Amino acid sequence: MTVFPEQMTRRTLVVVGNGMVGHKLVETLLERGATAEWDIVTFCEETRMAYDRVGLSSFFSGTSAEELSLVEPGFYENAGLQIHIGDAVVAIDRAKQSVQSAKGKTVAYDALVIATGSYPFVPPVVGHDLPGCFVYRTIDDLEAIRDAADGASSGAVIGGGLLGLEAANALKTLGLETHVVEFAPRLMPVQVDDAGGAVLRRRIEELGVRIHTGMQTSEVLSGSEGRVKGLRFVEGDDLPIDVLVFSAGIRPRDELGLACGLTLGERGGIVVDENCRTSDASIFAIGECALFSGRIYGLVAPGYDMARVVADQILGGSTSFIGSDMSTKLKLMGVDVASFGDAFATTPGSESIVYADSTTSVYKRLVIDTAGQVLGGILVGDATSYQTLVQMMRGDMPTPEEPGSLLAPAGAGGAMSSVGVGALSDSAMICSCNNVTKGVICEAITAGNLTEVSEIKACTKAGTSCGGCVPLITDLLKDELRKTGVEISNALCEHFDYSRQELFDVIRVHRYASFSEVLAHHGRGTGCEICKPATASILASLGNGYILSADQASLQDTNDHFLANMQKDGTYSVVPRVPGGEITPDQLIAIGQVAKDFGLYTKITGGQRIDLFGARVDELPHIWKRLIDAGMESGHAYGKALRTVKSCVGLTWCRYGQQDSTTLAIDLELRYRGLRSPHKLKSAVSGCTRECAEAQSKDFGIIATERGWNLYVCGNGGIKPQHAVLLAEDLDTETLIRFIDRFLMFYIRTADRLERTATWFNNLEGGIDYLRLVVIDDALGLCDELEADMANHVATYECEWKATIADPERMKRFRSFVNSDEIDPSVVMVPERDQVRPATFDEKVNQLAPEAFGIPVVIKR
Amino acid sequence: MSSEALLTWVDVCSLDELMVDRGVCVLAQGVQVAVFRVSPNDDLYAVSNFDPIGKAFVLSRGIVGSRGDIPKVASPLYKQNFDLRTGACLDDETISIPTYAVRVAEGLVQVGVSTEMTPK
Repeated sequence: MTVFPEQMTRRTLVVVGNGMVGHKLVETLLERGATAEWDIVTFCEETRMAYDRVGLSSFFSGTSAEELSLVEPGFYENAGLQIHIGDAVVAIDRAKQSVQSAKGKTVAYDALVIATGSYPFVPPVVGHDLPGCFVYRTIDDLEAIRDAADGASSGAVIGGGLLGLEAANALKTLGLETHVVEFAPRLMPVQVDDAGGAVLRRRIEELGVRIHTGMQTSEVLSGSEGRVKGLRFVEGDDLPIDVLVFSAGIRPRDELGLACGLTLGERGGIVVDENCRTSDASIFAIGECALFSGRIYGLVAPGYDMARVVADQILGGSTSFIGSDMSTKLKLMGVDVASFGDAFATTPGSESIVYADSTTSVYKRLVIDTAGQVLGGILVGDATSYQTLVQMMRGDMPTPEEPGSLLAPAGAGGAMSSVGVGALSDSAMICSCNNVTKGVICEAITAGNLTEVSEIKACTKAGTSCGGCVPLITDLLKDELRKTGVEISNALCEHFDYSRQELFDVIRVHRYASFSEVLAHHGRGTGCEICKPATASILASLGNGYILSADQASLQDTNDHFLANMQKDGTYSVVPRVPGGEITPDQLIAIGQVAKDFGLYTKITGGQRIDLFGARVDELPHIWKRLIDAGMESGHAYGKALRTVKSCVGLTWCRYGQQDSTTLAIDLELRYRGLRSPHKLKSAVSGCTRECAEAQSKDFGIIATERGWNLYVCGNGGIKPQHAVLLAEDLDTETLIRFIDRFLMFYIRTADRLERTATWFNNLEGGIDYLRLVVIDDALGLCDELEADMANHVATYECEWKATIADPERMKRFRSFVNSDEIDPSVVMVPERDQVRPATFDEKVNQLAPEAFGIPVVIKR
Repeated sequence: MSSEALLTWVDVCSLDELMVDRGVCVLAQGVQVAVFRVSPNDDLYAVSNFDPIGKAFVLSRGIVGSRGDIPKVASPLYKQNFDLRTGACLDDETISIPTYAVRVAEGLVQVGVSTEMTPK
């Protein structure tokens, strides 16, 4: 414990508001040790502490309120911090230097920070307050919209700005026919020009959202029950809707400042100087309630800058706020939009270079001065060069002689493919949300020997807010590691220069059917335990028949080679398939009898089946003959393949069941059985929202609803549990299966070797929106191929054990010794709890089988 | 005295029966020997079947391949690699496994083992 001199008097800082910016201030102060001198008291009006308002829309795609939270558990329990949740400051007494809260608390302050943010502007049209009208600001707002969407069929958003399009995406996600009404002649009028707005409009209309620009709403119409039923415009016909969201801009929450006499701007906002001080020297204002240089900054990055300035001021520093540029890059409904610097070329003498491709709906405008320096720009449809261009604008990177080349379509390389991150200066801002420079990141990489982007995120916080800079961080990491001699290569192993995804494409395009062909044309050496099973898996995914035919046999790991799972003593375990976990009494008896006859240890698995342990290689075919005769087949527990589709009893038995989850689980397990993939695949189907089958922890999981099935993907239990993400809702069975077909084949094509779906998803640029575009909207035009690949798998599936037992040639490998029928003396079991377990090595060497473990004298040839 | 004199040659199987790039296990005078036939030159190698790291007789069931110019087998248990020529563990220089003579006589693969044994 730190002991402070007794004469030091503690001071009190009151922070009004616990939004993103208010919380950032407290975080920064705590990090910088301010609590040694200061007690920091925060008032949080909402019942939830600070959460990620930028990522609010992901609430509808399955991100929970907890996941959106920016507050580490226990954060406000740190010594010196205090927070009043669900209590707002209602008055400031500047003379007494105290605040009063709605719940009647009075707190005296030495310094006060107003971080009350903003509220959504609702135009005062008739009917704006009818039931069914909402704003889009808080999690409570979103919950209300979600409830209203239940049973509604169409919705509109008034306002086609950044937030309005976010809100439109939310309505679309909720399954409503969605309209966007914008008063200006184009979408996002603040960020993009007419040409960019047109491309953006086309892209968004392709997603099924109806856009109405140049329309002024004159009245919100009410229906018979007094709820919203439509919009009336100054021009044009009425638009029937059930839900309305206002997103027509923000207004600063400056009422506290007004009441206590602080200087406000003409159109609102608490006026602050470069130190973020208001007209009262002991009161600061930061974020969207503050007016700096005549401007309200409606973005989080400038708010964070202000928070850091105030933290520094409070600690006696002299950092000042110099204004922020309003550079923005975001993905709206899967469409990249970026706007930065002098996007509209208002600088005298500036010129524009424009690149437009109507076939791909890409628009780019670069604004430069006469010397060729980048001043700003607009990117719609492809924003991969955003980071590079912003760095050039800030002077952190030289502009090339022909700046027009920067607008060419993105190449295959990383985000900085055209220039290279090496050209950035150390002071270059990489993560503007969290104020992390290239120098800080590179130092963290070197000092901590970091090799993963996730480690950099944990260490520096870069890339943890909007995530826009993650590609750049990845490039920095690669560059830094390359410099220190660590070659970062996505090559599989020393025999191939390809990643698994590239190898997959090579094999698919060339229709190779053997490893030797692939190696001869694209590899070197003779292969290894990495590239051989990876190739075998790819060949199997592409439908090359029996996995142990021809040269495929030599590629398989021992589990696939013997179609069983090797255990630590060299024996194998056997798992018959139990589709959906449904098993007949006769099959149970057959399994029990086999286990008894072969002396096997039996255990119920987590995937609702039965594992039989302790089989010697030579026993495997005999065991399988019996199991097949009893009507069972391979469970592929040995393969990187579909394992099980777990289920509950569903509608058939359960009082709460909504759909027949067992039948679906059986159908899915039989459809995807034997499907080889980069890693194992697990699935589950729950018959209702109680989720007894734990579908949300699976690679693909299905939960029944009243109206059909909800499909969740990319969940994981195991070493790093991760909840699955909702891909689509209320699907009929046919659509569900089509989406799963596409999803699985897309994963199989693009994942890295041994990369589970959860990790694959975490590395997928564009996240769930991108996945939806590919799998649901067929944005890559791949879906026909993916479905055909799956149809081929389903049509050509055969039980590997049946195929093996039917062929005497294939049976030859199942011998302990090639020259003897002797039973392997090194396999020894001992009794335990009425079954057997393998003897330990010590037991075998010292007591049970010393002769089997004699190690011969080495004789060199 | 040449070491050859101490060797007993034990029949494994015909060369045709040995799958290329896969191993088999031979019980030779009570000793488990893993024999591999390796592409592209059809080289034969014989090493102990005992994996000293996983402590089980499994090496004949590993995947063969190369590291640089070294022909090797990876243990199916924990994937350590062993040089098929010398028995040296490529991932832990303190460990090595016995190697054995191997030859083809009249189409028949044979391994040569000593009858002298030392207990572990």
